[in-house]
Amino acid sequence: MSATETPSAAACPGCMTLPAGNTAVAKALAEGPTRKVHLSLPSIHCTACINGVENGLMQLDIVHTARVNLTRKRADVTIDREAEVEPLLDHLCALGYEAYALDGATLQASDADRAAHELLMRLGVAGFAMMNVMLLSVAVWSGASDATRDLFHWISAAIAIPTIAFSSQPFFKSALMALKAARLNMDVPISLAILLAAGMSIYETSVSGHHAYFDAALSLTFFLLAGRYLDQKTRSTARSAAAELAAMEVPYALKLTEDGHVRTPIAEVVVGDTLLVRPGSNIPVDGTILKGASELDRALLTGETDPVAIAQGDTVTAGEVNLTGPLEIRADAVGEDTVLHSLASLVAIAEASKSRYNSLADRAAKIYAPVVHLLALCAFIAWMYVSSGDVRLALGIATATLIITCPCALGLAVPAVSTVASGRLFRKGLLIKHETALERLAEVDTVVFDKTGTLTAGRPQLDQPSAIPATEFAVALALAEGSAHPLTGALVKAGRAQGIVPTDLTDITEKPGYGIEAKWGGKPVRLGRATWVGAHPAPVTATYLDIDGQITPFTFADRLRIGAKELLVALRDQGYQVQLLSGDTRPAVEAIAKELGIATWQADMLPAEKANRVNALRDEGRRVLMVGDGLNDTAALAGAHVSLAPASALDAARVAADMVLVSPDLSHTLDAIRIGRSAKRRILENFGMAATYNMISIPIAVLGFASPLAAALAMSTSSVLVSLNALRAR
Amino acid sequence: MDVLVYLIPASLILGGLGLAAFFWALKSDQFDDPAGDSRRILSDEFDDKPKG
Repeated sequence: MSATETPSAAACPGCMTLPAGNTAVAKALAEGPTRKVHLSLPSIHCTACINGVENGLMQLDIVHTARVNLTRKRADVTIDREAEVEPLLDHLCALGYEAYALDGATLQASDADRAAHELLMRLGVAGFAMMNVMLLSVAVWSGASDATRDLFHWISAAIAIPTIAFSSQPFFKSALMALKAARLNMDVPISLAILLAAGMSIYETSVSGHHAYFDAALSLTFFLLAGRYLDQKTRSTARSAAAELAAMEVPYALKLTEDGHVRTPIAEVVVGDTLLVRPGSNIPVDGTILKGASELDRALLTGETDPVAIAQGDTVTAGEVNLTGPLEIRADAVGEDTVLHSLASLVAIAEASKSRYNSLADRAAKIYAPVVHLLALCAFIAWMYVSSGDVRLALGIATATLIITCPCALGLAVPAVSTVASGRLFRKGLLIKHETALERLAEVDTVVFDKTGTLTAGRPQLDQPSAIPATEFAVALALAEGSAHPLTGALVKAGRAQGIVPTDLTDITEKPGYGIEAKWGGKPVRLGRATWVGAHPAPVTATYLDIDGQITPFTFADRLRIGAKELLVALRDQGYQVQLLSGDTRPAVEAIAKELGIATWQADMLPAEKANRVNALRDEGRRVLMVGDGLNDTAALAGAHVSLAPASALDAARVAADMVLVSPDLSHTLDAIRIGRSAKRRILENFGMAATYNMISIPIAVLGFASPLAAALAMSTSSVLVSLNALRAR
Repeated sequence: MDVLVYLIPASLILGGLGLAAFFWALKSDQFDDPAGDSRRILSDEFDDKPKG
C-alpha cells in the first residue's frame, strides 16, 4: 500500500516509464523493437475525440499504431521500444486531451478482459441453446405427443446437456467452493436446480414422460449468466480505470558511493547510506540532511499547502517532494520503519476494524438459500407420503419447486441496478470500485472532507495579480521563470496571463531553500522567503520581492476545487453533517472553513487522529462518507463507511477509497449520493418483486400444478420486470 | 411429420451458423469497445477501410 512497497507501479503521471526488468511486462516488452503502452484518457467522449487522439498520436515519429477504446476511455499505443511515454502525454495535453500513462495494471486489466470474454461466450452459447430448445418446447406445449414429443425431448437433451456442462460452470464452481467451506450461497440452489432439472428431464425423456424441464434449466442459466456478465463488466471497467491511473512511486534512489552516485533499488538501501535527492524528485526514505538546503512539498503527506524550508540537520520523511535544491541525506529508517510504511499499517488496522458490511444481495441470499432447500425437501417428503412412495412424482414436484423459486429475478436484481447506476455515474466522471459502495453510499448521513487537494486544488494561485505594479511584476517574473517552486510557478502563470514581459536580468542564481537572486542593471534583486529578503512576514502564504531594499509582497491562496461551494451548500440544505479535517495549519484551514461555511473543522491533524475521528463518528452510529486524497487520509478512507478519492489523489488513497472521482468537478459527489439512494431503492423494489412472485408461485409449485410452460413464463416475466425496474435507477 | 427429418437439422445448422458468427465476433474483439465502435461509424475517416 505504501509507495515503497509496490515497486511495480510507476512514477508520477508525467514521467512514468516501465521500471526496467522489474515485471513480467517489462520482460515481455523488451523482446520486440516496439512496445505497447496504454494511456488513460479520462476526458474523451465523442467521435472527434477518437480521431483527435489517434491522429494526434500518429503525428509523432515514435508511434507505430494507436487505437482508442472509448468504452474504457483508454488508448493502446505501439511505440519504439526505447521511446519514453512522456512525449505522448505532453503531445496529447497540448492537443487538449488529459492523458495519464498506465502500467503494470494492464496485465490485470487483460485478465479481467479474458474473464469478461469467457462469460460472454458462455452467455452466447446458453442463449443459442435456450432459443432452440424453447422452439422445440413450444411444439410440445402446443400438443406434440408420442414419438414426436419424445424426439423433441431427445433433441432438446442433446442441445441442453453440453450447454449446461459448458455454460453453468461458473455456478457449479462457486457452489462447490461454498459447500467446501460448509456455507450456503446463492449458487448452491441455482446449481442444484439446474442439475436436478436436467437430471429429471433426462429420466423423463428416457421413459417417454410428459414433462421435461430442459428449457427451464437453460433459461435459468441464461438469465443468471446475464446478471453475472453485467456485474463483471461494470466492476472490471471501473476497477481497471481506477487501478490504471499511475501514481507517485519511488522505486529507485541515488546512492552516493566513492565512485559517484549509483541508481539503487529502494529495497537495497540500508540505514546509514548516503543518498542524493535531486530537486523535483521524491524523498525515498526517512533520513537526516547531511548537506544542502531546499524546500519540501509535504502536501501529499500532511496536507500542508506551503512548502517548508529545510537545511542541514533537519529530518525528512519518505514521500515528501524535494523542490529547489539538491540534498544529501543519510538514511535513518528504511522499508517498514519509514513513516510512509506506518501509514500503510494504519490503513490495514482501519480496514480490519471496519465493521464487515453485509451487502443486500448477501442478506437476501442468506434468507433465501435455506428456505428454498427446505421447501423443496418438504415438498418431496410430503408428496412421497401423499402418493405413498412415488419417487418420480415427488422428485418431479421438488424439482419444479426449485426451478420456479430459483432466483432469476434475485440474480438480476442487484447487477442490473448497479450496471445502470454505475453507467450513469461513469458518465459523470465517477468510478465505483467496490461492489457494495453504492448501497453504502445510500446510508450516508455525515460527510468528512480533507482540505488540501480535495476541497482545494492543492495548488497556490497568486492573489489579485492586477493590483501588483507592472515593473515589480516584470522583475519578479524574470526571477521566477527559472525555478521549479510551486509559488514561482503560480507567479509565472499569473504573469503570463496578464501579458507581462519579463525584465532582462543578469546573473540569475537560485539559493535553494531561500529564493532566487539576480542583478538588474547593477542593482541586486531577490525573490524569496521573508527572512531572507528582510521583509516582515505576512500571516498568509507569500513570497517577497526585494529590489535594492524596496520590498513587494506577492501573496498566494489555494484555489477551491470546481464545484466545492455548490456541493457544500447542497449538502447543508439536505441536512448532512459536514466536517473538515486537515493536516494543514490553523489559519489556512479556518479560512477555507469560513469560505465554505463549515462549522466543524479541525487543523493540524495527524493521520492517526483523522482515522480516530472517523472511527469515533462511526461509534456514535453515524455513517461517514470520507472524501480525501492524501497519504494522511488513507487510514480514514479505509475506516469510513464509504469513501471517495479524487483522481488526482495518491495511489494509496485511491486504493483505499471505494470510489474515484475522475471529473475535476467535486459537486458530482452529490450525484453519487443521489444515484446511490435511488439504486438502493430499486434494489429493494426488485427484491420485493421477486419475493411477491415467489409467494404466488411457491404454492402452485408445491401443490404440483407447475407445468414446464408455467415455469418458463414465470421465470421470463419476473426477469424482464426486474430489468425494466433497474432502468429507473437514475 | 417426415418433413421434420429435414427441418430440424436445417434449423439447427442455421442456429449453429449464428453461434459460429458470434464466436468469430467475440474472438476478433468486436465486443471490446461498443461505445467507440458506435461513434467510429459516424466518422468519414474510416469510410474506405476500417481501422485495424
